[in-house]
Amino acid sequence: MTALVVADNLARVYRTRRGLFEPPRELRAVGGISFTVDPARTLAIVGESGCGKSTLARLVTMIERPNAGTLTIDGMDSRDPGAADDLRRAVQLVFQNPYGSLNPRKTVGAILEEPLIINTTLDKAGRRKRVADMMARVGLTPEHARRYPHMFSGGQRQRIAIARALMLSPKLVVADEPVSALDVSIQAQVLNLLIDLQTQLGLAYLFISHDLAVVRFIAHDVLVMYLGLAVEYGDKERIFERPLHPYTQALLAASPAAGKAWRSYRPIKGEIPSPLDVPPGCVFVTRCPYAAERCRLERPAMREVGGRAVACHFAEQFLAMPPEAVAAPA
Amino acid sequence: MTAALEIENLVVEFPSLSGPVRAVDDVSLTVAQGEVVGIVGESGSGKTVAMLALMGLVPDPARVRASRLAVGGHDVLSLTERERRAILGKDVAMIFQEPTTSLNPCFTVGFQIEETLRVHERMDRKAARARAIELLAQVGIPAPETRLDAYPHQLSGGMNQRVMIAMAIACNPKVLIADEPTTALDVTIQAQILNLLLSFQRERGMALVLISHNMAVVADIADRVAVMYAGQVMEDRPAAALFHDPQHPYTAALLAARPESRIGDRLATIPGAVPSLNARPKGCLFAPRCIYATPRARDERPELRPWRDGKVRCHYPLGDETRNARIAADRQNAAETAS
Repeated sequence: MTALVVADNLARVYRTRRGLFEPPRELRAVGGISFTVDPARTLAIVGESGCGKSTLARLVTMIERPNAGTLTIDGMDSRDPGAADDLRRAVQLVFQNPYGSLNPRKTVGAILEEPLIINTTLDKAGRRKRVADMMARVGLTPEHARRYPHMFSGGQRQRIAIARALMLSPKLVVADEPVSALDVSIQAQVLNLLIDLQTQLGLAYLFISHDLAVVRFIAHDVLVMYLGLAVEYGDKERIFERPLHPYTQALLAASPAAGKAWRSYRPIKGEIPSPLDVPPGCVFVTRCPYAAERCRLERPAMREVGGRAVACHFAEQFLAMPPEAVAAPA
Repeated sequence: MTAALEIENLVVEFPSLSGPVRAVDDVSLTVAQGEVVGIVGESGSGKTVAMLALMGLVPDPARVRASRLAVGGHDVLSLTERERRAILGKDVAMIFQEPTTSLNPCFTVGFQIEETLRVHERMDRKAARARAIELLAQVGIPAPETRLDAYPHQLSGGMNQRVMIAMAIACNPKVLIADEPTTALDVTIQAQILNLLLSFQRERGMALVLISHNMAVVADIADRVAVMYAGQVMEDRPAAALFHDPQHPYTAALLAARPESRIGDRLATIPGAVPSLNARPKGCLFAPRCIYATPRARDERPELRPWRDGKVRCHYPLGDETRNARIAADRQNAAETAS
């Protein structure tokens, strides 16, 4: 099976000025990330705010152009101007906030029909039929087509946003925190819907989330980001069972889960450094409980350890340690 | 020993064109000194409004009624506005979800902490400043002397939440109410803030009320948990028991819907949606979405009754051996009356 999305060393750097006479500085939002997504699979991008996951989403959706690296989607190079229209149809977006991402002045029917008017030559009857089919697929009833977004609850609005993303039969859906604004019971409905649609339509998802419980439920593969770089990437079960990067370990340990001995847990210290001020060695060195001299000097490259890619000098040692010792750093 | 917090039969109503709307409907909750109580519920369940009512912070058109609202034995309802202000912010303090918008952007964080100390503890400027530095150090802010002169926009969300906590604990409150204190923060920062809150709670024997929509956060931290739905407390029991053996069908459904409790590749869902505030069911508020609902549950609103190790608002608590027989009998009765 050939991969649907191949990202090779994607990077995005912004130039910012902090004052009128200051020289411009480089802010590296995404600093060289590689991954692949197969059809009907889900790759979750995990990380805290400021790690560059949303910038990565903007690169994959071609809202933003990479400064370096290549992106191939369904065999088409994202830099090829001739393929631009096909590429944009192949990739669609679902946003976090269903209250802000739907036009309040249009009916649901009009919102869903718009992509068809712009991108297809279907006549009115054909478009209406496609809209009705898609509404049924995401669990909306035909009379909803005449209503406006404000008449729906958050969960139903997210269904509308998903339906809109699917109108042009995309191959990849980039979902940026699609369930974080929803309540638990509604979140479960939307996650089930995403899984059903993936099986029925063979969709690939790039699923961006900070909620590890949700990621563990929906993803096949996981890519953990920190300060614009990938620190661990591979099969979900492997990473959740045996995280080999100290940052992944910290994230998993800090995620609350019922039945965990939280009261005795000691969280990692400090906060994510400014992306204008990235440490020269390992990006995680300022907060890592295992940081050594070598980590401050030499940035670890992504390499294969224990069946996944990881960027840590000590990954082999973590693999050799008993899992309990890794889960509870002194 | 007097309870740190007593709420009895609290009702909060907002006037609307179609009659008063009940955001909080007959809520009773007692928090003992040094206890950690979690309040969980989905959006619109009334968990925030109930606590704001206690603090006297619900905006004007709202009507607040209760048989008793007390902090550390002081009845808040019978106090004058002046007496009330002396207690609130001192004996009971509250922190909020969005630390950056809860702080005043026009003043330095130092000024805002010192203000609390000057008003409640009548400290002079110098003493207040010294104490503010001490407080910032206690909440784990590096270089507190210089951070004192920072404005909220110059600090990160996690740092601002630490400032909020410093303000809240400045007067050694008996009760700290934390309304979704970590929802806007990243997980590693969330862990730091929760640890900080717990360490103060333990050191000072302070009662902590933690409002959250995240069951897992509450499960690990609280001694006792109250589950709210549509303005009412549905279940109020020790945390471990509630999570392992829920007695209300709503609690059970909520726990089953979490991504952690997957069955195969699907999640359990709760059909339907929370009833809208101006179309509340006559009987049990959860009946329209409950798989066990009977005609009796649809007609007759259950009371919050003592059950096992806590309280449950359900005609047929899940652990009751007679429940299947009673559900069958109630359905049978209704069918006979109808025919």
